[in-house]
Amino acid sequence: MEFLKRHLPWLAVALLGTWGLATLALSRGEAVSATWLVMAAICVYLIAYRYYSLFIANKVLGLDATRNTPAWRHNDGLDFVPTHKYVLFGHHFAAIAGAGPLVGPVLAAQMGYLPGLLWILAGVVLAGAVQDFIVLFISTRRDGRSLGEMVKQEMGNVPGVIALFGAFMIMIIILAVLALIVVKALAHSPWGTFTVMATVPVALFMGFYVRYLRPGHIGEVSVIGFVLLMAAIVGGQAVFESPVWGPYFDFSPEALTWILIGYGFVASVLPVWMLLAPRDYLSTFLKIGTILALAVGIVVVNPTLAMPSITQFAQGNGPVWAGDLFPFLFITIACGAVSGFHALISSGTTPKMLENETQARFIGYGGMLAESFVAVMALAAASVIDPGIYFAMNSPAALVGNTPEAVAQVISTWGFVITPDVLIQTAKDVGENTILARAGGAPTLAVGMAHILHQAVGGQAMMAFWYHFAILFEALFILTAVDAGTRAGRFMLQDLLGTFVPALKRTESLGANLLATGLTVAAWGYFVYQGVQDPLGGINTLWPLFGISNQMLAAVALMLGTVVLFNMKRERYAWVTALPAAWLLACTLSAGWLKIFSSDVKVGFLAHANRYADALAQGQVLAPAKSAAAMARVVFNDRLDAGLCVLFMAVVLSTLVYSVRACLRARGQAKDQTREVPYQPLPAEARA
Amino acid sequence: MNPAPATAPATVAEPAPASASGSPLREAGRYIAQSFRLMVGQPSYDTYVAHRQRTHPGEPLMSYEAFFRERQEARYGGGKGRMGRCC
Repeated sequence: MEFLKRHLPWLAVALLGTWGLATLALSRGEAVSATWLVMAAICVYLIAYRYYSLFIANKVLGLDATRNTPAWRHNDGLDFVPTHKYVLFGHHFAAIAGAGPLVGPVLAAQMGYLPGLLWILAGVVLAGAVQDFIVLFISTRRDGRSLGEMVKQEMGNVPGVIALFGAFMIMIIILAVLALIVVKALAHSPWGTFTVMATVPVALFMGFYVRYLRPGHIGEVSVIGFVLLMAAIVGGQAVFESPVWGPYFDFSPEALTWILIGYGFVASVLPVWMLLAPRDYLSTFLKIGTILALAVGIVVVNPTLAMPSITQFAQGNGPVWAGDLFPFLFITIACGAVSGFHALISSGTTPKMLENETQARFIGYGGMLAESFVAVMALAAASVIDPGIYFAMNSPAALVGNTPEAVAQVISTWGFVITPDVLIQTAKDVGENTILARAGGAPTLAVGMAHILHQAVGGQAMMAFWYHFAILFEALFILTAVDAGTRAGRFMLQDLLGTFVPALKRTESLGANLLATGLTVAAWGYFVYQGVQDPLGGINTLWPLFGISNQMLAAVALMLGTVVLFNMKRERYAWVTALPAAWLLACTLSAGWLKIFSSDVKVGFLAHANRYADALAQGQVLAPAKSAAAMARVVFNDRLDAGLCVLFMAVVLSTLVYSVRACLRARGQAKDQTREVPYQPLPAEARA
Repeated sequence: MNPAPATAPATVAEPAPASASGSPLREAGRYIAQSFRLMVGQPSYDTYVAHRQRTHPGEPLMSYEAFFRERQEARYGGGKGRMGRCC
């Protein structure tokens, strides 16, 4: 009876979720509401949290409520602070959720909403949330050590260095792809460009305000900043409509790339209080607010899903990104399903603040479920807009042409009937000159969000406002990430170079600072510029690289988890991490292999390079390259990208070898080989 | 939303951060404010002061301003385990 009482409500949740998924999966053309999507996802999360994460907590890891945590052991009131679990949850969520879960699902929507939804749900429950939870646990038991240190400790020095190097490369690719998203969103958009540029003086003002006028008053200055930002959106409309000012903010993608590179350099050399910190306040608070607004908007407006549950592009050869469902869907949606970058966060500041290690379940597993929910909402937002508009925005011009007439004609032949008038009118509605060829996720998401939010607040007249609000919100935290990431990359690089030239290690030296910052900016800037000139539109090339590298870091983290379980003599539960690791290895290695060797020029880097190299040898120039030199650049970039794939595969394969060796070694030992800090009871004050 | 700047640290000598009294609503508000500040890398100053007074009585304390700046530098300063955010 007791058993029944405990589980019956969960059976009801399971049935509700099944009903939701069945409604989505079995729809054949009839209108399905986006609320089903949201509801099905929430039911899956609840069941997974209640049962699977509890199983991991109690059986697999054996979380111990009486065990001391680093927060108490090293309490300094600064880095190590025992923190209430809801407060820490907010901190952790804000650190893991960024542009990733908003972009991947939008790109994946080309296959219809169902494949993406199923992968997001299965991925987060069995892989993503497991990874975040276990890494948080491992790090907490090791005084809050970082991922690189833990790999070193459990597997050896060489894999430790390999993991760190992998993390640096991933960061460069992330910065490049994020910057490219901003470029794609702002190209020839005076309204958006003005609004985003206005954030720089706003942030500078906030920086001085919170340092000198009213030190530490973050809430107050953020409200002021928010009001100024809203004013900037309104001002952007005036700029867009002005024949005098409009052209000053109308930039080509190439020009925007140079502006971003220059900005990235200057911003990451300036003192943090001046620009980065105030930007961070705005972007963090705006991010949380907008995510909540989107959730409320979807429930209140209850929009209908316009995208079919599965499109013909689930067979492969979609216009937005090339390749078959396996393995490419699984690397296109990384964040929201499983994101390796979280392993760096879960072994960063969060483990130093856990009040009790049992809370790792709520913060690690639960936090990732919350991020996954953001991804589901992004998928919903991309699926409520007219599929014709979706494909017009996301298909490269090389494929569909560059006039509304040509684009509408091509896309209508795919079965997504659309007229040129609708494309022109939609651009007008959102206050843009054109919405064509705006791949990258941000503009599509912005149209989707505007579609939902204008029905809740403001009506048709506010559509353009909401569109630019969404663009601003994404650009703001992308630019914050670019700034912070360039800084982090600079420190990593100074550390790395310092092993050869000790003088470069000194972070306070201006010369070393400028050199390392310049190198980091040049590294990501190169890939952005390459993306802007890419014949297939850039995102098509860079997003898979990002997905592969991010999932590979996840595989490394899950392999670390497996090694730790073996070392703890809990290898009978090692499947909890080993199976998702194996799946990620299968996805990333086959995706990497195909990106290098596929004979399809839209998929394989080398095939694409050869096509351009052959044409070059015959003296031809293939569009969009305009000269032999441009052709040679395309060839070089393709080969460089193929080289990167090889590098990522080498990183993950060598980690695999080292972790198998570590596991075998652990099996041979009779005793627990774990490197945890030995058990100490929680101090009395913690049990109060 | 902001704790009182450095004026009277002696008044905030609570034994532990979570034992605040007051209405549940006020307490929830306090947690939300604390959470938002922690999201941008600012832990609770009251907690810091209480901790220092308990474990290092009589030793110098950072003023609220100094604490704010120290945490700001630490959040973006780079170094080990300082990967502040995700993509």
